[in-house]
This record gives sequence, C-alpha cells and structure tokens, in this order.
Amino acid sequence: MRTINFSTIVNTVKQMCVDAAYVLPDDVLARIRQARDDEPFPRARDIIGQIIENANIAATEKIPICQDTGFAVFFVKMGCDVRIDGGNLIDAVNEGTRQGYAEGYLRGSIVDDPVFDRKNTSDNTPALVHMDLVDGDRLEITILPKGGGCENMSGLAMLKPADGLAGIIKFVRDTAVNAGGNPCPPTVIGVGIGGTADAASVLAKKALLRPVGINHVDDRYAKLESNLLDEINASGVGPQGLGGKHTALWVSVEYMPCHIASMPVAVSINCHAARRVTAAL
Amino acid sequence: MSGSINTINISTPINKDILKSLRAGDNVLLTGTIYTARDAAHKRFMGCIDRGESLPLSLDSQIIYYCGPTPPTPKRCIGSAGPTTSSRMDRCAPYILRKTGLAAMIGKGGRGVDVINSIKECGAVYFAATGGAGALISSCIKSSHIICYEDLGPEAVYKFEVEALPLTVAVDSLGNDLYVLGPQEYLSQKSR
Repeated sequence: MRTINFSTIVNTVKQMCVDAAYVLPDDVLARIRQARDDEPFPRARDIIGQIIENANIAATEKIPICQDTGFAVFFVKMGCDVRIDGGNLIDAVNEGTRQGYAEGYLRGSIVDDPVFDRKNTSDNTPALVHMDLVDGDRLEITILPKGGGCENMSGLAMLKPADGLAGIIKFVRDTAVNAGGNPCPPTVIGVGIGGTADAASVLAKKALLRPVGINHVDDRYAKLESNLLDEINASGVGPQGLGGKHTALWVSVEYMPCHIASMPVAVSINCHAARRVTAAL
Repeated sequence: MSGSINTINISTPINKDILKSLRAGDNVLLTGTIYTARDAAHKRFMGCIDRGESLPLSLDSQIIYYCGPTPPTPKRCIGSAGPTTSSRMDRCAPYILRKTGLAAMIGKGGRGVDVINSIKECGAVYFAATGGAGALISSCIKSSHIICYEDLGPEAVYKFEVEALPLTVAVDSLGNDLYVLGPQEYLSQKSR
C-alpha cells in the first residue's frame, strides 16, 4: 500500500487547472498549425491564424486561452494499492479546483441548481470526477476543462444494430455538421460506441483524452475515424462556421461491448481549444 | 482560392449609415464602447421590458457583446474575453432590437430566422468575433467597468473600451447570413 497526502493531490490539481487554461497541448497546437497551412479558403485561414496567435498570447502572458475555462471534468485512474492520507480523493480534487480557479483568475462557470436558482458557485466547484479503479499503486489524474458552447452540441443516439456503420456515420456527421459555428470549429470530436446510454456518453468524453493525430489501434476503428473526419470536413462549415475546409481537426472513436439489442452512439464535441493536462502521482 | 476581404475601421458612437453599408463577409476593426450581456443579464433585461421598467443602461445605438469574461488580473483590466454562443440569446434578441434601438450584437455562431428578420427590420448588424480567441480579444480591451448586475459574477454587464477589435460581419442589415453564404462560397470555389 502506498500513501499519498491529501495536500499533494490538492496542489497537483490546482496547478493542472491553471496549466490547462493557459497552455494548449502540443498535439492540438501542431494540428491547428497544420490546418492553417492546409486551408485554402482565405477567411478560414485568417481565423485559424487568430487561433494560433491567441494560443501564443495566452501561453506567454499567462491568461486563459478562452474565457470559458470550463466545467472541471476529471478522469482518474486510481491504483487499488493507493491510500490517501488526510481526506478523500473527491474532496482533494474539489479543493484543488477551488484554489486553481481562484489563483489562476479562471472563470467560475458552474451554477448550483440548473432550473430554479442558477446561482453561480463562484469557485467553479463542484468538479466532475470519473473514476476508474486499476491495478497498482499509482494515481493518474487528467483534467479536461469542458466549455459549455461545445458541450451543448453533444449528441446521443440509441441506434439499432441494423443501422450499422452507415447509421453511425450519418449520426456523427449530422451532429458535428448541424452544430455549425456554435461549438467553435475546427473541433475535436470524441465518439463513444457501445455500452449503455450513460456509458457511451462517458466513453465519448474519454475519446477526447487521446492525443489528436493518433488513430485507434484497431484498424477498423482507425478507418472509421478517418472516414468520419472526411465526411465532416466535406460539409464546408469550416472554422467558426463561416466556411472552409476545416470543420473538425480530428475524430477519435472508442468502443465497448453492448447489449444484443443496442448500438448506442454518443458524440462529445470539443472546441479547437481542446485543453487537457495529465499528472501521475 | 480567391476572396480578398475588405477591412473597415469603425468607431462608436455607431453611424447608422456606415452600419447599413456593411456587407456579410466584411472584416471590421471596432474601436469604442461595447457592453457585455449574456444569458442571465438578458433574462433580467427581459424582466425590465415585461414590467415596463427602464433598463439599467440605455442600449439605444449601442453594441451588446455576448461575453462572460474571466476576472481581471493584477496586470490586466480584464481577463480572457471571447464571445459566447449567440443563439442562446435568440429568444430575447428580437424584442431587444425592437424595443431599445440596439445597433449591433457581437457573438459567435448562427442566428435564428426571427433574429435575422428583426436585424433587417431595425437596420442592425450581427458581428462574429472569433470564438476561443479570448486572450487575443482581451489585448484589444483598454478599460473595463461593471455597469450593473455585479451579483451575476461573470454574467454581469461590463462596459469595455476596445481598440481595433477584429470582427466579421456575420449578418448584415439586408439579412445576408455568412453562416449560410460562407460555407456555400467555399464549396462552390472548391468544386470549380
């Protein structure tokens, strides 16, 4: 059994919140640069140019890439041989989020009650934590700050097995294309296929954790990913929805087993500011 | 692909004739005063209008920016300050355009038919700012003050003085919609 201090987790999470808000992952920025060089439509190229300039300003001047610093969504892999001294993991993640969003001058974007009060909690808590228990004595934490504009464009379809590959492609393409300029294209698209309605939705988010530019290890799913990217980019929606070649930067698909009656498909759309940071303790 | 893009410098107070001469696809550098308002502030504006009360600020000939910024830092008057999705304000925008004399809106993403019709009717303009370029846009904001609804935190109404804020005319006063025309133009050039 390995012991990790509560305060170590708090401090790590705090720094992750700030780093994720200020600095775009290298793989995402590289893909955006590639898209600019490959974009034939002048207006679209100008917009991608602004996105790159924005990333540079944010990183050098240490201000958030986007004012929507997101719902603090965490994916945690907790080794069965880890024990936390001084409190529990969820409290530590929330405390780190509270401190990180305050000290990094990030935006509080969470309201306490979705229907009646809609009062801003001010410190961006509670965070949302997805936990996986794994073998070993390591604790791996990833933050995926998720903006509201792109999250609102998510989709879920409980397809029939007979809908097949064509049904999946149609649903994912329609979800991404009908979103138009709302989710801040060029987007990164996560697709979760299989499981149940709830599991497919989480899986679509997990698909966003894979670096852009890296296809699925299963060739069939890798081919599906490139087909989906081509289909979405054939729409002409383009950066910010104002026309162009690059509606999406990347599509990642993950799958899991499902019921004989089902073929759930969930789509999680991330904006071009596809922020994420991972830390291992 | 072709497409030289016009860039036009505009200052506030907005001249309605200049506003009406803008065409979807024009690039604009805006200098002057704009006011932020997003979901929660719009809900309060609508409450005022419904009750027949005056708004806490005059929107006549003004520009609303759909934005909820990150807080100011020790070195900056405001943090990251890009646009939010405009379609969430579509329910209110036609009323506000017709009742207040609002000249223009700044946001991101397409607008509904009712909004486009009211833009035509009122001779207004909808500008797109680049979503997710909040740091770049922040560099154009020279001063920032909260005007009202401070209790809403990031959804308070801020007055920004901006300098050369880069915008694109997304819906012009004739109702031309770049969210339709832009993708069409790209696809037709591609197929040539």
